[in-house]
Amino acid sequence: MATKVFMEALSPTMEEGRLVKWLRSEGDAVKRGDVLAEVETDKAVMELVARGEGVLRARVVGEGATAPVGALVGVIGAAGEDIAAIVAGASVAAGAKPLQPPPQPPPMAATVAGAAEGGRTIASPLARRLAGERGLDLSRVAGSGPGGRVIKRDIEAAVAAGGSPPPSPVRRPPASGAEFEDVPLTQIRKTIARRLVESIGPVPTFYLTAEFDVTRAAELRSAMGEEFKVSFNDVMLKATATALSQHPEVNAHWLGDHVRFWYRVHLGMAVATDDGLIVPVIHDADAKRLGEISAEARKLAARARARRLKPEEYTGSTFSVSNLGMMEIEQFTAIINPPEAGILAIGAIEERPVVVEGTIQVRKRLRVTMSCDHRVVDGAAGARFLQTLRRMIENPLMLVY
Amino acid sequence: MPVLTYRDALNQALREELHHDDRVFLMGEEVGVYNGAYKVSKGLLEEFGEMRVVDTPITELGFAGVGVGAAMVGLRPIIEFMTWNFALLAMDQLVNAAAKMLYMSGGQFKVPIVFRGPNGAALQLSAQHSQAWESWLVHIPGLKVVAPGTPYDAKGLLKSAVRDDNPVIFLEGEMLYNTKGEVPDEEYLIPLGKADVKREGSDCSIVTSGKMALVAMHAADQLAKEGITVDVVDLRTIRPMDVGAIRASVRKTNRAVVLEEGWEVCGLGAQVVDYIQRDCFDDLDHPVVRVHQADAPMPYAKGLERAAKPDVPKTIAAVKRAMYLES
Repeated sequence: MATKVFMEALSPTMEEGRLVKWLRSEGDAVKRGDVLAEVETDKAVMELVARGEGVLRARVVGEGATAPVGALVGVIGAAGEDIAAIVAGASVAAGAKPLQPPPQPPPMAATVAGAAEGGRTIASPLARRLAGERGLDLSRVAGSGPGGRVIKRDIEAAVAAGGSPPPSPVRRPPASGAEFEDVPLTQIRKTIARRLVESIGPVPTFYLTAEFDVTRAAELRSAMGEEFKVSFNDVMLKATATALSQHPEVNAHWLGDHVRFWYRVHLGMAVATDDGLIVPVIHDADAKRLGEISAEARKLAARARARRLKPEEYTGSTFSVSNLGMMEIEQFTAIINPPEAGILAIGAIEERPVVVEGTIQVRKRLRVTMSCDHRVVDGAAGARFLQTLRRMIENPLMLVY
Repeated sequence: MPVLTYRDALNQALREELHHDDRVFLMGEEVGVYNGAYKVSKGLLEEFGEMRVVDTPITELGFAGVGVGAAMVGLRPIIEFMTWNFALLAMDQLVNAAAKMLYMSGGQFKVPIVFRGPNGAALQLSAQHSQAWESWLVHIPGLKVVAPGTPYDAKGLLKSAVRDDNPVIFLEGEMLYNTKGEVPDEEYLIPLGKADVKREGSDCSIVTSGKMALVAMHAADQLAKEGITVDVVDLRTIRPMDVGAIRASVRKTNRAVVLEEGWEVCGLGAQVVDYIQRDCFDDLDHPVVRVHQADAPMPYAKGLERAAKPDVPKTIAAVKRAMYLES
């Protein structure tokens, strides 16, 4: 029985992929899970793995060619098996539905999700209906029925647990257990959302700019020396994550009919690549030490520039940061990455004359501008977050508190 | 309310209908002088005379045909088969004459007739005399099929069957005749085609009819002790079937067990399952589970017969399976 190799949806938004390079030749024996080829998606270069065992009999799509998701790109079969009909049917298969749903970050729960071989989620018809009604992603509900079938009680358990688990490869829930809280919209929030979208929509954004004194933060950096070298951007990431952990009211997602306030901080960091902007995510950034953040940020940025990010490395952020300081931009506004409720734009550090207790001093100053989705964040809430952030940056010992 | 046996409830229904309409007469083997093989017609010969209560020779095909002819010319016969096992000989009259006459005469001949008698297995009567025929009979367009499980239903449904202008198959049970239940003094009719939810619960629906309604009720009692509550949907009439009642119950409980007395293959329960999958697909949390007789001739040996029959433990196990409590 031959196994067809399809162009799979390797990113959440992928519609077609370019087969960069075949890693196996026709005639090679392959096992399930072996990497067959590299495929360039709209976001990164990904690995296409074998979903069957046997011999790679045909490479239907050549290197450099582009194929839509669901198209046949190769055939795995037994050595003598007649695969002529399958290969002949390749053009028919093109444009067919993807074999697999877009990859989802792994579920938090240590149970097996109800996904069977081939990616189809096995669920009772009732469970399917209930999941639809409650907006649950079935593929991320653990099934307790035979063969992992998702049944009614699994849906009820998932609903009781507060919806689909959040995307994160780091399994480190906070002590309280809850990762986020879904809060239905109050009437005033609904009115704010409706009215402001009419004014500037669809994300009614306002901006808060603050100038921080970063003299001490700069001293901290230089005091750490070469051995513990971190960039100023790393300090900002750490400070932002720590401040966010104290302000779930801005670490939030706008989800249409409700707001999700996150208790975990998955910090997106905008990275410029030759192809354009991508926002890799430092998961649980608030729980990581400055050194860890520095290492992870450096690694993610490098992977982003090499287009080697995996989907789970650029999805699931709860708040984002964009920094153009190194390009000598004094201040700017960043565009919110929905459904997040805010993004922080970080400008350049400059020496400025500042009046300190009646004397003019030269201090290192930094301007940040926070873009806020007014449907979620009011001016005062955003300002309180920036106050906390200021305290962190201006008294950098707070970062280790 | 008076408590009657199923047998006496039927006897009351026959007596009332013989009084109610002088076109009604009862005919069959031993219904008169012997008062019926199971005493269902006790006292009727004495009360109504031999023009209304007619003993026949052992000729099922013959007296079934006489009944169909009598119905065609305006009488309202009640034909008793000593058991439905013997009625196989009369099947041509049931299927080819009674069921089709209205259709083939272009509506000229109604056939208002009731064929009644005990159906299914009793105890150790062996393979030829222990058969449940409802799946055969319910298959035929033109026949109505009724299978009451309680004295109350038996009386009300038999009276409605006698008053119906179509041939009605009325399935009783040897093991039911001595069962007791409340039957009101005042006259009542139960419409054909209406199910009765005999027990209300939320965890699973047991859809059943006839003798198996009692099995379902006993299973429900035992399940309740474990905190599992079930709907017992007693179809009572199996053609036309009250699909609405099945649908309403399964939509409520999301799980169904279909319990029938006969064999599995192309059995009555398969039709119930089809109605459920058609109408309740998105309501099901588990495939519908069937309980039925083993797919074999009924054994004579006591232990084997018990093993072959659908019963309370099998029904309980089926409910638990539908609830993912047992594999």
